[in-house]
Formats: sequence, C-alpha cells, structure tokens
Amino acid sequence: MHSLFATKDDLYITLAKVCVLLFVVLTVNAYLTWFERKVVAHIQSRWGPHRVGPHGLLQPLADGLKFFFKEDPTPAGVDKFVYHLAPLLALALALTSIALIPFGPDPIRWHGHDIYLGIAPLNLNVGILALFAITALGVYGVALAGWSSNSKYPLLGGLRSSAQMISYELTLTMSVVGVLLMAGSFNLRDIIDAQARHPERGILGWNVWPQILGFFCFFTAAVAETNRVPFDLPEAESELVAGFHTEYASFKFAMFFIAEYTSMITVSCLCTIMFFGGWLSPFPASWTFTHYLPSVILIPSGLWVIMDGLHYETLFGRIVLPGIGTAITALGLALIVLPHQYNEFIQAPFWFLSKVLLFLFVYVWMRGTLPRFRYDQLMAFGWKLLLPASIVNVILTSFVILAKMQWGHP
Amino acid sequence: MTAPLLVFFLLAALAVIGAVSLILQKHPIHSALSLIVVMVALAGLYLLMGAEFVAAVQIIVYGGAIMVLFVFVIMLLNAGVEEHTSLSKLAGPPGLLLVVALAAFVAATIAKSGASAQAAAQTGALSSTKGISEMVFKDFVYPFELTSFLILVAILGAVVLAQREKS
Repeated sequence: MHSLFATKDDLYITLAKVCVLLFVVLTVNAYLTWFERKVVAHIQSRWGPHRVGPHGLLQPLADGLKFFFKEDPTPAGVDKFVYHLAPLLALALALTSIALIPFGPDPIRWHGHDIYLGIAPLNLNVGILALFAITALGVYGVALAGWSSNSKYPLLGGLRSSAQMISYELTLTMSVVGVLLMAGSFNLRDIIDAQARHPERGILGWNVWPQILGFFCFFTAAVAETNRVPFDLPEAESELVAGFHTEYASFKFAMFFIAEYTSMITVSCLCTIMFFGGWLSPFPASWTFTHYLPSVILIPSGLWVIMDGLHYETLFGRIVLPGIGTAITALGLALIVLPHQYNEFIQAPFWFLSKVLLFLFVYVWMRGTLPRFRYDQLMAFGWKLLLPASIVNVILTSFVILAKMQWGHP
Repeated sequence: MTAPLLVFFLLAALAVIGAVSLILQKHPIHSALSLIVVMVALAGLYLLMGAEFVAAVQIIVYGGAIMVLFVFVIMLLNAGVEEHTSLSKLAGPPGLLLVVALAAFVAATIAKSGASAQAAAQTGALSSTKGISEMVFKDFVYPFELTSFLILVAILGAVVLAQREKS
C-alpha cells in the first residue's frame, strides 16, 4: 500500500522521470528506425538513408514531420470508437511496459532523495508478472485495429495476430519459469542480484548458461510477440497489404509503429535482465581496470564523430556533429579524471544499455537475414516445439534445484 | 488516507460503469471491451488491497487470455449488431425484487463483517505470492489437482469434438 501512494515530492520526481523516459524512448525509437534501415541496407550492400543530414541522421526527423503533416482520413464504415482507440491502446501499453524496467541498481542522491534509474519502484514484487500482464493486454491494440477497420486484409491480419500472440504468450511465460525458480522471486532486481551471487564468475554466472534452452524459447517467443521477422505474419505485405494497420494513415499509423519499436526495446531489456545479468559487468568483479572500458570506447568514438563531422560543409556537420563528439570525448575523459564513484555509477547503465543495443541489433540482423514463416508452420512451431521445450526446461530446472537442495551444493 | 479512498472510488465507478455498459452495448465487441474494463478495474482494486500477485494474475488470465479468446471468437464469427427485442414483461418485477434482495444481502454481510474483512485483506495469506502458493500446493493440493484434472477432461472433450467435425 505504501509503494502506491508516495509523498508529494516523490510524485514530482516520478513525473519528471516519466517525462525524461518518454523523451528518451521516443528519441531512441526514431533512431532505431534509422539504425534498422542502415543495418539492413548494409546487409543488402546498399547505402541506406544518406541524403538528409550526414549519414542520413536527420531522416527520422523528416519522417516524423511527414507523419504529422499527412492527411488522416477515416475510412467509411469503420467502428469509429474502436478505430481510434486501437492505436492509442497499442502505444499506451507499449510505453507503460517500459516504465517497469529498472536500468540501474544505485540511486542518485539529490536534495535528500534517492532517485533510482527507472520509474517503477525497485521493490515491485511482481515485476515480471506485471510486465506479462501488460503484454497480455497488448494483443487488443492489434486485434481491435484489424476488426474495426471494416476491411478484409486488416481483419485477417488482426485474427492472425491474436492467434499468434495467444500461442506464443504461453511459451513466453513458461520459458522464464526456470529463471524465476533460480532467483526465487518475481522481482526484476532480485533476478539480476541472483546472477551476481558469484561475483568472481562474471559472465559465467549469468542465467543464460544454465537456462540456454529457456533463453532460446524466450527470445523466439518474444520476437513472435512483437510481430517481427520471421514472425511478422500479421503484416505480411505480400499477402495482406499491410495487415492490421492497412487502413491507418498519418499519426495513427505512427502510433502503431512506435508501439512496435517500443516493445522491441522492452523485450531487449527483458532478455538482458532475465538471461544476461542486467546491469552486471561480464568481467569478474576483481578486474577493476575494466571499469575504464566506457572511457576507452567513448573517447575514440567522440574523436571520430568530430573528425567525421568536419567532412560536411553544412551547419549540422560543422557545429552539431563536432559538438556531440566533443561532449562524448569530454564524458570519456571525465570518467577517468573524476573521483571513482562517478565511474562506478556509470558502469551499471553502461552495461545494461550495451546489452540492450546488442539485442536490438540481433532483431535487425534477423530482419535482414531470415525469410518469413508460413502461417501453419508458425503455429506448429509454437505449439509442437517451443512450448514443449519450455516445459522440459521447467522440469529440468526444478530437478536440478531439488537435487542441489538435497545433496547440498551451497 | 484520502488518496487510496479516491482511487478506490474511481476504480469502483469504472467497474460499475463497465458492467452496466456491458449489458447496454449493442455490439458484442463493445460488450467484450466493457468486460475488459471491468476486469482491469478489479485488478486495480486488488492492487489497492496490496494483493499484487492476484492483481497481475487477474489481468493476465481474465483481462488477457480469456477476454482475448472472447474477442477472437466474436471477430472470427463476424458477429453483427444485436437486435434489442422488447423485454420480457414477466422478468421485470421478479428481477427487480431479486436485485433488491441481493443488494440487501451484500450490504448486510459487509456491515456484519466490515472490520474483520478489511483486516483479512490487509494481513491475509492471499496478499503475498508465497501465501497463495502455500495454500494451493500444501493446504488445498488435492482439490487443486482435481481441478486441473477437470480442465484436462474438458480439453480432451474439445479435441474429440474437433476431430469428429473433421471426419
């Protein structure tokens, strides 16, 4: 009860955090589209966006403006209320789920308040269940969009998506049971702490090794849950035009788009937390020299951004890029020069975000590489292979934990 | 103490409005959506009582799984707007009487055990995940297993029905 009704100060801090997270997530979303187009382009030996700004860096801005200024017609015969509700629902649920992710363990002290990185309180005891609850509701955005459009292809896309999401949600939930058994808690922070029980093991202490089967089931189901390649049947353009969002234009389409990319980020965060040690460093705790790794990465990349920016004879190239580069270099230098506690503080978010970025890259990589499943293959794969595999994983994990309890490995 | 009370009344109002709208809506999908609102509002009420686990499961199972199936079936059958026929004249007076009786019964029960029910909700075993699991897997393990057996029988029945259709 106390965690729900905070004091007035906490309310302001939470509101500020919501604003910051919203801004960060939407910006990351925008640049995720740029990242995706660039990576897929290079996989296919193309340039990708490169006209608007250096390396096409202003392309997301142009796309965003385009979404705002496009005509937004409402097709005839739609169910008006549900038609307008669906994109709102999709976006709101996607953004809510990211509010439950903790990004770092240590609070910042500010005017007598401990400010944690992440919006939900760290002691939220049902963390992972709350996330699954929001995912469970996420189906409605897609299903209702398909139904309310009063059009054949969206309806088929909506039906496919509901069936797919119901099927893969089972696997998604079953595959984390092994992790939950090992941690003995639903709390996301406890799950990360459980992976730090042996600080000397570093990367070997992460859940991904004992739970390798669970991880594959989870990631596959998560990709299906976010409707991404190779499970993007709800919007298979060669069969269904654009699937459930065929009849949506302008900003309502953008809302579905942002929702999809936000769920990609959430799922990457979840993979990081459940299986890859969250904010833990992959190196053993005694290797303190690895704490300078952020600086080793930041300084050269900052210098490169400055050098690269000077190639362009525009305002953006001459001022903005070198400015960003200088900031990055300065941050890298500051982490070496400043007292050790600042460096300590940057460690957790640094590792967390690096791992999340890695998973986002895997997402894009798969999109550039894999063909799409056929619908019956998708269902057979989910029900006949993935779900049994995740159940076997639960049974195996339970046996190992029981055996350890009986014959006492501490 | 005012903030929880305010949230309680908001959620309670939402649940009641959703329930009434469930009956009054003409389209099955709109009714299903109203029912989802009721489920989510109930989950909020559980959260208010400190039962985080029950709240999450309420949304996952009822708000998510079951209602998605409802919506899915309505979409699949492409059910249209329902016709409102003239209401049964016989059902009116007895129905009203039953509503009054039920409301009186609920009010009496709450009045009788108001304080103890509140205390139970605050400290009871049901508020924690551990308490629930101990109840389900220790105290009531046989009824629980019997229930799962019942569900298994229902699944087998569904499979048999589906197979018969095919052949």
